[in-house]
Amino acid sequence: MRSLNPFGRRARDPQTTRRDPAPSRVSYRLHRLWLTPFFRVAFRVGLPGFALAFGGGLYLSSPDRRADIGSIYVDLREHVKNRPEFLVTLLSVDGASPELAQVVRETLSLPLPQSSLDIDLEAARASLAALDPISDVQMRVQPVGILQVLVTEREPAIVWRMPQGVFLLDEEGTRVAQIESRLLREDLPLIAGEGAEKAVPEALAILASAGPILPRVRGLVRMGARRWDIVLDREQRILLPVDQPIRALERLLALDQAAELLERDVLAVDLRLQDRPTLRLAPFALAELRRMRGIISVESDL
Amino acid sequence: MTDFYHSQRAMRNMRRVAMQRGVIAVLDIGSSKVACLILRFDGVERLRESDGVGPMAGQSSFRVIGFANVQSRGVRLGEISVMNETESAIRTAVQRAQKMANVRVDHAIACFSGGEVRSYGLAGEWELQDSVVSEHDVARVLAACDVPDIGEAREVLHAQPVNFALDHRSGLDDPRGQIGNRLACDLHLLSVDASVVQNLIYCIKRCDLELAGIASSAYMAGKSSLVEDEQELGAACIDMGAGSTGISVFLKKHMIYADCVRMGGDHVTSDISKGLQVPLTTAEKIKTKFGGVHATGMDDRDIIEIGGDSGDWEKDRRQVSRTEVIGIMRPRVEEILEEARARLDAAGFDHLRSRQIVLTGGGSQIPGIDGLAARILGQRVRLGRPLRVQGLPERGTDPSISAAVGLCLFTAHPQDEWWDFDIPTERYPARSFKRAMKWFRDNW
Repeated sequence: MRSLNPFGRRARDPQTTRRDPAPSRVSYRLHRLWLTPFFRVAFRVGLPGFALAFGGGLYLSSPDRRADIGSIYVDLREHVKNRPEFLVTLLSVDGASPELAQVVRETLSLPLPQSSLDIDLEAARASLAALDPISDVQMRVQPVGILQVLVTEREPAIVWRMPQGVFLLDEEGTRVAQIESRLLREDLPLIAGEGAEKAVPEALAILASAGPILPRVRGLVRMGARRWDIVLDREQRILLPVDQPIRALERLLALDQAAELLERDVLAVDLRLQDRPTLRLAPFALAELRRMRGIISVESDL
Repeated sequence: MTDFYHSQRAMRNMRRVAMQRGVIAVLDIGSSKVACLILRFDGVERLRESDGVGPMAGQSSFRVIGFANVQSRGVRLGEISVMNETESAIRTAVQRAQKMANVRVDHAIACFSGGEVRSYGLAGEWELQDSVVSEHDVARVLAACDVPDIGEAREVLHAQPVNFALDHRSGLDDPRGQIGNRLACDLHLLSVDASVVQNLIYCIKRCDLELAGIASSAYMAGKSSLVEDEQELGAACIDMGAGSTGISVFLKKHMIYADCVRMGGDHVTSDISKGLQVPLTTAEKIKTKFGGVHATGMDDRDIIEIGGDSGDWEKDRRQVSRTEVIGIMRPRVEEILEEARARLDAAGFDHLRSRQIVLTGGGSQIPGIDGLAARILGQRVRLGRPLRVQGLPERGTDPSISAAVGLCLFTAHPQDEWWDFDIPTERYPARSFKRAMKWFRDNW
C-alpha cells in the first residue's frame, strides 16, 4: 500500500525528475545576442534583404535571363497594346475645309490601323498647331477606334501684298494662306508696306471707321513700319498720323462731308500734324488757284 | 589595497557607463536564491504623483523592468563554493530577467552576504592649507585615516565617510566649501575575505557581465527595509538569510557597523532534516509550510505526514506533530538571534538612543519570530519589508528580496566611498619624477 502524501511520489517517479533549468552557456549567449538591438535589426532586416539581393543578383548575372525578362516585358506590352480596344482604325478631321483636311492627313501621315498607345498625341497636335491655317486643334481617341481631330480654322480677314507674293492674314495678323492673286479675294481689304502684318488690328479698325469713303479705298500702306496711308482711287492718299489715326480720319470724313474735299482735285491729304491738315493739290488745280488769286507764277516747262 | 582601490574606481566608472546606457542588472547572490532585477534609468522622475510612489529616497528615477528569483546553487554560507553551479544559477536568473525586460544587460551590480565581514571605525585629521575645505582636502583627510591591520587576504568592501568634523563642529554631512582650520573625519570600513570577492568577480565575468560594483547584502537589506527616520535616529537591521544572518547598524543615514552571523535558515532546515530523518528538500517544505517558533496546544493536534520513499511502510507513514517541528526549529532560531544580540552588544548598540531592530530576509517569515525576537533583542522589534520600487512585481515584495531592492537604491544613489575621491598627489610614486630629474641633471 502506497502512502498518500504528496511529497514522496514525485521524487520516486523517474519521469518527473527535474530538468536542469539553467540555460547552457551557448543558449545564454545566443539569447543575449538576440537581445542586442543591432543584431536583431541585422537579422530581421539585413539578412533577408541580403538574401534577396544576393539571390536576385545571382539570377540576373546571366545575360540570357536578363534578355528573357526583357522580352517577357516587351511581349506583354505588345499583347496589351494590340488589343482591339486600343486599335485606331479611322482618322476623322472635323471643322476643316476639304483641302485643309487633306493637309492635316498628310501632316499626320498615320499608318492606320495603329494602337492608340503608340500614337504620340501631343507631338501630333503640336505639328498640326504649327500649320498656318489652323488656329486651334483638339485630338481625341474615340472609344470605337476613331482618332478625331477637331480643327478650328483661321478666318482670313485681310490681304497682304508683299514682294514675295500675296498672303491672307487673319485679324491678328497671322498668316493663313498664300494666294495667287489679289483678285481671288476681292472681298477682303488690301494692305501693303513694311511691317504691315504687325498692325493688322489697327488697319481693320481704320477700315471700319472709313465708312463713307470705303468704296473708294484701294488699300492701306504701312509707311516706315509706323503709320498708315489710305490709298484711294484717282491716286489720292490720306496720310494718317502715328497717334490716333482713327480720330484724324473721322475729322477728315467730317470735312469731306462738309466740303466734299476728296471729290476735288487733291493728290494727298496730310493729317500727320493734328493742328494743321495739309492738302497737296494736283498741278493743274494749283495753277488755277494761283491764277484766281492773281498770283502770276513763273512756270517753266520743266 | 591600492589594487583594490583601483578596481573599485574602475567599477564606479563602469557604473557611470551603465547609467548612461540606462540599463543595469542588480544581482543578489544568496545561499538559497539568486535574485536578478533589471533597472531602467530614464533620468527624469516622471511618475511623481501617480502610482502612489512619492520621491521616497529618490528611487523613482528608475524602474524595474525585469525580475527573476531563482533557486541558488553552489553557494554555501553566502560564499561561492561550486563555481560552475553558481554561474549557471546566475545565468538562469539573468536570462529570465532579460526575457522579461526584453533588453540585453551588460552591467551588473552584485551583493553577497558571505566573506566574514568585519567592520572598523577609522578616524583621520587634516590641517587645511587654506581655510576653505575643498574636495582635495576631503580626499586628504580620508587618506589620513590610519588603517588598522585588517588581516591577511582581506579586502576593503566599503569605506564610507560617516561623519566630518571641522574644528569643534561635528556631524557635518558635507564639509566642502566650509571654512575652518582642522578637518577630521570618521570612516567606516568594511573588510571581507579577498578570495570570496575574487570568486564572485570571476563568476560574474564568466556570465559575460561587466561588474559595476559590489556591496554587502547586510548593508543593502538595511538600506531598503529601514525607513528613513530609523536610518536617521539609529536602528539595526537583521537580514536573516539562508546561509548567514547579516547585521547592519545605521545612524544618521550612514551604516556605522556591520557584521555577520554565519548561521541561517539552512541550519534550521538541516536541524529538521536530522531531527526527523528526512531529506533536506522535505525538511525545507516542512519548515516553510508548518514552521514556527511558538508552540500552542493547537499545534499538538496538528499532525504532519512526513512521507518518504524508502519502501519501508513504517518509515514512509511517519507522522509528527507541529509542536515537534517547532521544538526543533526554536532552539536554532534562538541561537541565531542570541548570536546577533551578542554581536550588537559587542558593537555597543545599547548606547544608541533609539534601539529599533528590524528583522528582514527570508528567515523573518517564520510565524511568531517577532515575539521571540522581542524577548531576545529588546522590545523595539518589527518585521521589515523592502521599500516599494516602481515596476517590481508583487512576488518581489516579500522580505527575502529586500537586499536586492536595497541594491537598486544603492545603484541609483550610491553612498560616497573612499575611492570616489582622488588619491592625494603625494601618494603617487615619486620615483619616476626623481628619475626624470636625475636624467635632466646628468644630461644638462
